[in-house]
Amino acid sequence: MDNFTIVGQKIPKIDAPVKATGDALYIQDIKVSGMLHGKILYSKYPHARILKLDTSKAETLPGVRAVVTAADMPPNFRIGVMKDNPPLKSGKTKSIRDEIAAVAAISTEVAEEALSLIEVEYEELPGIFDPIEAMQEGATLIHEEVKSNILKMPWKLVCGDVETAKKDSAHIVEDTFSTQWVTHCCMGTSGCIAQLDASNNLTLYSNTQIPSLAQNDFVEALNAFGYKNRRVRIIQSVIGGGFGSKLDTYAYEYIAILLAIKTRKPVKIIFSREEEFFATSPRQCTITKISQGCDKEGRLTFREIEMILDNGAYTSWGATTPSVMMLPISSLYKVPNIKYVAKCVYTNNTYCQAMRGYGNPQATFAIESSLDQLAEKAGIDPLEFRIRNSNEPGEITPQRFKITSCGMKECIDEVAKRLAWKTKKEHKGNRGVGIASLIHVGGGARVYKSDGCGTIIKMDDFGKVDVFTGASDIGQGSDTVIAQIVAEVLGIPIENVNVVNNDTDICPWDVGVHASRTTFVAGNAALGAAKKIREQILEAAGKLLEEEPSFLDIKNSIIYSTKDKEKSTPLGKALRKIHYTLGGKMLMAEYFYDPANENFDREFKGNLSVSYAYGAHGVEVEVDKETGQVKILNYIAAHDVGKPINPLLLEGQIYGGGLQGIGYALGEKMIYKNGRLMNGNFLDYKMPTVKDVPPVQAVIVETDEKDGPFGAKGIGEPGLVPTAPAIANAIYDAVGVRIKDLPITPEKILKALKEKQGRT
Amino acid sequence: MKYEISFLLNNDKVTVEVDPVWTLLYTLREVFGLTGTKEGCGYGECGACTVIIDGQAVNSCIFPILEVEGRHVTTIEGVASKDGTMHPLQKAFVNEGAIQCGFCTPGMIMSAKALLDAKENPTEDEIKDAIEGNLCRCTGYVRIIDAIKSVSKGR
Repeated sequence: MDNFTIVGQKIPKIDAPVKATGDALYIQDIKVSGMLHGKILYSKYPHARILKLDTSKAETLPGVRAVVTAADMPPNFRIGVMKDNPPLKSGKTKSIRDEIAAVAAISTEVAEEALSLIEVEYEELPGIFDPIEAMQEGATLIHEEVKSNILKMPWKLVCGDVETAKKDSAHIVEDTFSTQWVTHCCMGTSGCIAQLDASNNLTLYSNTQIPSLAQNDFVEALNAFGYKNRRVRIIQSVIGGGFGSKLDTYAYEYIAILLAIKTRKPVKIIFSREEEFFATSPRQCTITKISQGCDKEGRLTFREIEMILDNGAYTSWGATTPSVMMLPISSLYKVPNIKYVAKCVYTNNTYCQAMRGYGNPQATFAIESSLDQLAEKAGIDPLEFRIRNSNEPGEITPQRFKITSCGMKECIDEVAKRLAWKTKKEHKGNRGVGIASLIHVGGGARVYKSDGCGTIIKMDDFGKVDVFTGASDIGQGSDTVIAQIVAEVLGIPIENVNVVNNDTDICPWDVGVHASRTTFVAGNAALGAAKKIREQILEAAGKLLEEEPSFLDIKNSIIYSTKDKEKSTPLGKALRKIHYTLGGKMLMAEYFYDPANENFDREFKGNLSVSYAYGAHGVEVEVDKETGQVKILNYIAAHDVGKPINPLLLEGQIYGGGLQGIGYALGEKMIYKNGRLMNGNFLDYKMPTVKDVPPVQAVIVETDEKDGPFGAKGIGEPGLVPTAPAIANAIYDAVGVRIKDLPITPEKILKALKEKQGRT
Repeated sequence: MKYEISFLLNNDKVTVEVDPVWTLLYTLREVFGLTGTKEGCGYGECGACTVIIDGQAVNSCIFPILEVEGRHVTTIEGVASKDGTMHPLQKAFVNEGAIQCGFCTPGMIMSAKALLDAKENPTEDEIKDAIEGNLCRCTGYVRIIDAIKSVSKGR
């Protein structure tokens, strides 16, 4: 990337200074004149019949402006993927986070007091908190109207012939792995401000990751409220962390809208940390039965997986994560025969959502743990086993993914080298090494009918540009990447690029910050718009300088001829000449980029992404056999992400993802007991602190992705995908016990060690 | 019943009527409009609300406002120079890539500042001790440690 001056450089995030000075305004910091504060009353029981709901005392509390219940919502109005979730519940409550009433008041304190005055009588009902139990015939139905607790969303992928492959395999392993609920722990909690104008158009201040889709959801909601054909404007605050948590619209947002309708005032709802823990949607827990086989040479022959996901009481995007799980299941390493079946099951637990990796961490934990078992059975070193089965450029996988660039082998090599695999493998004492790889979408993901993003660029008279992008920056740095791309193409300093990303009234459509797609898709959209405006500049400058536009270039804000050094002009001066003349014009350009990827067909096959990201993580651990404590001595995270546009930010994604993965592997768990969250606070929920950071190396393995902006692929999610199995494999290597249920706690290790001792 | 208290806020003498149930965080955000100090949890576990009182980093969300009488409070808004030049720590956080979503950043910088004000060249362990109470979900802390180190070395 020698020819570029801005792309490929370690450029600090352009939004970092306002964040370092405390000037950045998050949803918590935004006030609107006349604003009221909303609070929500949740069900006291995970499963109960509401016998009486009396809000009269709350209504008379001074300072209260409205109290609402399900009776105030439009009848039959439901939200969520399966439209099974009324924003306010009546009749029966189905989970501990069921919203049954809400208050708007002049302050949060008054609103909270009002909640305590709402009188509710419940008849507690026995709940179902185990998906296996919920699947039994005759089990109490969570949603009586749908007749089954198994969601009508059958996930099934079949490639090749698993049964025949089993017969032909030299070695087969089979086991069951399970994962836990973990939560995003965004440092800024969820929240919004809903404001209606006199014509019932809605402005929603929000920290959503999906402004365009949310806009659509709220237009539908206004329709349901009887406000037909109204406008919805989403204004995003600075977003205090996303990680997938804000990829859907939630009951609290519809409740804020309802309270704004009732009071005719703006209403702000901000989640407390306690609410953020129990009333947002975590990463789903899974039970995965997996079988894999290989031939005598150690080449994978088949992979068969049956999975059960606890859907909770309602359905958000969590239920669709098996679609992304299919990616590693069918295409992590070369496996010719695949069978995968997944069932999502209603229970009285919390319902789940997207969280960084979108199912991939759960699937990869099972695949990569099982792969180590298979390598052992085949008598092949696990690292060598992976190289033997590694994906390669040009491959078309059984699910019809077209692998373009692929640096998987190179990533594994980096791990081997930096971890000193061969030496460490002949381990001493209680130390061990483990490896796991990953595949993820790296060139968008066509999960909706469009995977597009729009960009508008507007030039001023001085060579500065405003870039209006649909892409949301949730801290990952997409604004900076977009600014780098535009600055590079236009030959201007990055300081001259202003990125506007937070207002649906002025920013073009984008499907949302998901699937590690923003650098790739929004980057390409910005690249397209920048190229268009560059053409306009050079064409107009060609007339001014009397030169063929194809001989003109722009560097350091100077337009110059590559042929004739005499011919040059400062960019700003040229722009002013183009503008201030009879019939003059201000330069603007727009571009909508929608990658040439495919929706899955009915068999869940198709080229979901234009390119795929790869990586391998290697870890050395030391296990204390007395206490069961795991110490990470060295952590290598090697990632193939095409060409890096900004290595500083890219490594930041790898470090951040990696530590989230370590939390997932070794400590984090939402402990639910009979539908109630027992550890909904930072003291009891073990999110990693600075003391949990191991020695870690982020390694960038460069490939060149022909469709990526300047050769780049996505990196948002991959950082945590292979972490848990890499650690589990290292622990097995160290002390010979395999923990199949996340998180890998000292208790589980001690128990396994004891059992192992008993056996020998 | 309201009380009048006076204290030094970012080097300015302020006098304010407060309710004794208020926390310092509430007063900073709601009375003075200093929203740079964040509430991440409200019970002293995440450190997003960290400010410096008489040289000590404290969680302002659980600090009773009456205790502030006569003391010197520094918030993130008081860290840069009067002319707006960022403090070396702020610059380091920007340049080293220590900031992603940024919600933890003000608290993180205040904890780091309290450390560096007391000790110019802390060890890595001392840096980790100083920000142990500041949670960050985005960065994996690696660049934050780097940023603090870079400032301590440069002194």
